[in-house]
Amino acid sequence: MEKAVSEEIIRVEDLYLNFYTYEGVVKALDGVSLNIKRGEILGVVGETGCGKSVTSLSILKIVVPPGKIEGGQIKFNVKGKTYNMLEFNEPTMSRVRGRYISMVFQEPRAALNPVYSVGDQIGEVFYLHRKEEIIKAVIEQLRKEVETAKGFRKRVLRLYLSLYERMLKNPKSLRVRLASKIPILRRFRNLMKKEVRKRTVELLRTLRIPDPERVVDMYPHELSGGMAQRCVIAMALVANPILLIADEPTTNLDVTVQAQILVLIRELQKKLGSTILYITHDLGVVAELCDRVAVMYAGNVVEIADVMTLFKEPLHPYTQGLLESIPRPGKPFTSIPGIVPSLINPPPGCRFNERCKYAMDICWKQKPPLVEAGKEHYVACHLYSGGK
Amino acid sequence: MENLITIENLKKYFPIYGGVLKKKVAEVKAVDGVNLNIYKGECFGVVGESGCGKTTLGKTIIRLLSPNSGHIFYQTPREIVEAIKYLEKNDPKSKALKYLLREYDIAYLRGRRLKKLRRFMQIVFQDPTTSLDPRMLVKDIVAEPLVAQGIAKGKEAEDRVVKVLEMVGLSRTHLYRYPHEFSGGQRQRIAVARAIITNPEFIVLDEPTSSVDVSVRAQLLNLFQDLQKELGLTYMFISHDLSIVECISHRVAVMYLGKIVEFAETGELYKSPLHPYAKALFASIPIPDPTRRRERAPLSGEVPSPVNPPSGCRFHPRCELAMDICKRQEPPLVDVGGGHFVACYAIAKKE
Amino acid sequence: MKFKVPERLQPTIREIKFILRRIKDTPLSLFGIAIVMFFVVIAAFAPLLAPPVPGLNPYLIPSDPALGFRVEPSPPSPKHPFGTTLLQRDIYYGCIWGTRWAFQVALEVIIPIVAIGVVLGLIAGYYGGVIDEILMRFTDIILAFPGLILAMCLVTVLTQANWTTIDSVLLSIILIGWPGYTRLIRGETLRVRNEDYIEAARASGASDLRIMFRHILPNTIYSIIIVASLDFGGIVLTTAALSFLGLGAPTGWADWGRLIYDGMGFVSGGLRWWWSWVYPGVFISLFVLGWSLLGDALRDVLDPLYRRK
Repeated sequence: MEKAVSEEIIRVEDLYLNFYTYEGVVKALDGVSLNIKRGEILGVVGETGCGKSVTSLSILKIVVPPGKIEGGQIKFNVKGKTYNMLEFNEPTMSRVRGRYISMVFQEPRAALNPVYSVGDQIGEVFYLHRKEEIIKAVIEQLRKEVETAKGFRKRVLRLYLSLYERMLKNPKSLRVRLASKIPILRRFRNLMKKEVRKRTVELLRTLRIPDPERVVDMYPHELSGGMAQRCVIAMALVANPILLIADEPTTNLDVTVQAQILVLIRELQKKLGSTILYITHDLGVVAELCDRVAVMYAGNVVEIADVMTLFKEPLHPYTQGLLESIPRPGKPFTSIPGIVPSLINPPPGCRFNERCKYAMDICWKQKPPLVEAGKEHYVACHLYSGGK
Repeated sequence: MENLITIENLKKYFPIYGGVLKKKVAEVKAVDGVNLNIYKGECFGVVGESGCGKTTLGKTIIRLLSPNSGHIFYQTPREIVEAIKYLEKNDPKSKALKYLLREYDIAYLRGRRLKKLRRFMQIVFQDPTTSLDPRMLVKDIVAEPLVAQGIAKGKEAEDRVVKVLEMVGLSRTHLYRYPHEFSGGQRQRIAVARAIITNPEFIVLDEPTSSVDVSVRAQLLNLFQDLQKELGLTYMFISHDLSIVECISHRVAVMYLGKIVEFAETGELYKSPLHPYAKALFASIPIPDPTRRRERAPLSGEVPSPVNPPSGCRFHPRCELAMDICKRQEPPLVDVGGGHFVACYAIAKKE
Repeated sequence: MKFKVPERLQPTIREIKFILRRIKDTPLSLFGIAIVMFFVVIAAFAPLLAPPVPGLNPYLIPSDPALGFRVEPSPPSPKHPFGTTLLQRDIYYGCIWGTRWAFQVALEVIIPIVAIGVVLGLIAGYYGGVIDEILMRFTDIILAFPGLILAMCLVTVLTQANWTTIDSVLLSIILIGWPGYTRLIRGETLRVRNEDYIEAARASGASDLRIMFRHILPNTIYSIIIVASLDFGGIVLTTAALSFLGLGAPTGWADWGRLIYDGMGFVSGGLRWWWSWVYPGVFISLFVLGWSLLGDALRDVLDPLYRRK
């Protein structure tokens, strides 16, 4: 791939990742390269085991051992500077997660803590990442109220105001922390709670959750799948992240609810200018939602193109096979012959060689590099990289 | 086309217990008055979203569950069904009615007679990992129907197992293995082998390809079609994946909150769905063609709980065409021509 | 000559190989297995290691007439490697035959309580409803009593009714032990009952009985094995405790607990007659330790195996 363009926010280069399991070393990612541009919805599509989820987990560096990143770079372009995220240490990554890059997972009820209301959980993100903003808003409110208050109330409000201003200046202030423990005095934090709740309700409204005042106090098990997923998306959007990663968020939902969420995601892209990395195995969703698409197979990115080109002129034999296997009435069911190779003992060269009808000699010897075969259209196949 | 199965007003409710004394506080009305008939040799598709009752319907038809009320007529000629309906209306206490019901209605069978039915009706479950006993060898899993029903055992059973494994694309070498040694697609084939070993006539396929990889799906679907031709099977294909159902079924029914809202021949239904819910459902399927994107979600709101379904037509709170009568009375399934049935007052008026 | 394994057994052999491989990786479990094997060998070769006196019940420890019938224990000597205890009974003999006795007791208790637990647990878990409630109340009643105290009462009552002490000990431990297994198997049955393959078996025409014993039971067997191995040591410990309290094996019986009871009077001498209580104590501790480690190891090996599937 060519040099990084400034409008890219993430650029994954040659990412290698292995899982060291009891049965052997699973070479899950075999040199994955892709880029995400600002403001777009990039779809990553592939079958189970192709590595799409693992790639997104690597971007956030939340891959669980026995998984280990073995090579490559993940370049993150923010505020004009480029960093390699793989070099970040854990405290730095914690600052990134939720604030700059956040993630939505497949099962909403697994992402929500069953013993807290959804309002509390969304509020928690506010406290983690936007506390300053909240405090400033409370201070402004207090200042206005102090003007019109009289007598005892005025004194109380002045006291609260001083506490908040101190909190703003020095978040670890001893005085504030003590005040938070004293029984009646600690009520001063209720103002903060009210402000957070107000913003949470606003956020839920933006996500088209009906009756957000009521939903804010509900527990995850009281919500349906679609509502729960919207709450999870709300949690992910609280801190206005630069990138939202969505890992099959609608796979477990009914098709009508899925349609609603897809429309919602496109709205978010338009209204908030969010950049979204959308992982799925459903080509229909990809066509419905994404601007560009990356196709993955057995740990490699095999094709990247914008969505129209991908569906009209797929270049990689695997992509072609995928599109052909979409069920159509009147046609017998077809699929790509063979099965996904074992990632513990992958075949040499291109991992698709066993199932590819165009396989040549070189496909068994050398792994095809990702080359540009058309305008912004990248393919990893010897048919296009001049293999001899 | 003769009817293999005719269902009249079938209802299946699940009680919910609550309180200190564990009394019944509410009922989940999973299947709430379903009428349909399935022709011999066809593949009848049932689609709908979660909570619509399609799985419960399938399991009740083959009597894995006992219905609360209604009839399931198996291998019953149309005249007899008519006779029964007539007798029920005019002479419900007649001995003839009792006799006919005992002969043809399988809804209330018990004991040995129910066991005899198992030979003819089978089911393939959604998740092949959990539908095969992990502590049993493949040979025993597939032979179980023969052994449990006393049809065959020992060497004879083993021979039949081998024959049936070969029919689904496996082989004799797979006999002495445990399910966890196979891939998802192969496990589902084992489940299919188990389902066909007694030479059944009717098989309920409950989302058989949902838990399997995309690349394996086509192989399984081709297998289903081949087996249907080879063995003359009748299928009820339950799925939430509308594109697959379109390709494999001859007729399709759409369910919503325990009732069938529309059914017709596949081509006809997918070309022009009439019921507002069916229309919205089909319009929600993401089309793998980026030139055909939609701007609005076709349906807003969510499916209500089957514990307390809306009065009258279940769909009326979300329906754009809802009229006054829709809130009060449940619409019956009406033939709008060519075997196309819709349960909607607004549509019925138009046609 | 190559030994050809019949096809039917191949998968079981693969499983066993896998389990053995996992066990090899945990040093503590190897230690536990070693201890258990050690005791098995002793029990098997007891007649060779400590030849019984002909005509006498081998479980009765012979006294050494050469040393007289003195009360005070004699220290270890070449003729009595572990020394002697009260009335000159040979401790070595007692420990060796005590091993065989321990295995015998444990088996005679475990087999009945597992059998009762399986039957009642399966029925309670599978059918639920009133039957389940009644059975659970019974188990509740028994579990409400502290086990050892209840066993003591039962032993006393039964010996009053002219049972031999040994039989009453066995019966008492069975009576306090069956609720645990019933609950365990009931819990496992509840878990397995809702699995798809049970429904599939019902769709295949399987009767309730067939489902319980052919489907549910094999899927609960791992838990039973784990708890049973932990209990093996526990039962022996309970019998030793009862014997230690004087309620168990009769005088002169080759039971570790009884040996400690005999040596109890000499504990006050500090380390003066240490061999009278140290050797039986070590045997008991090692036995229980070995089975506990084995049970733990099995739990680690069998649980992930199940998850892996």
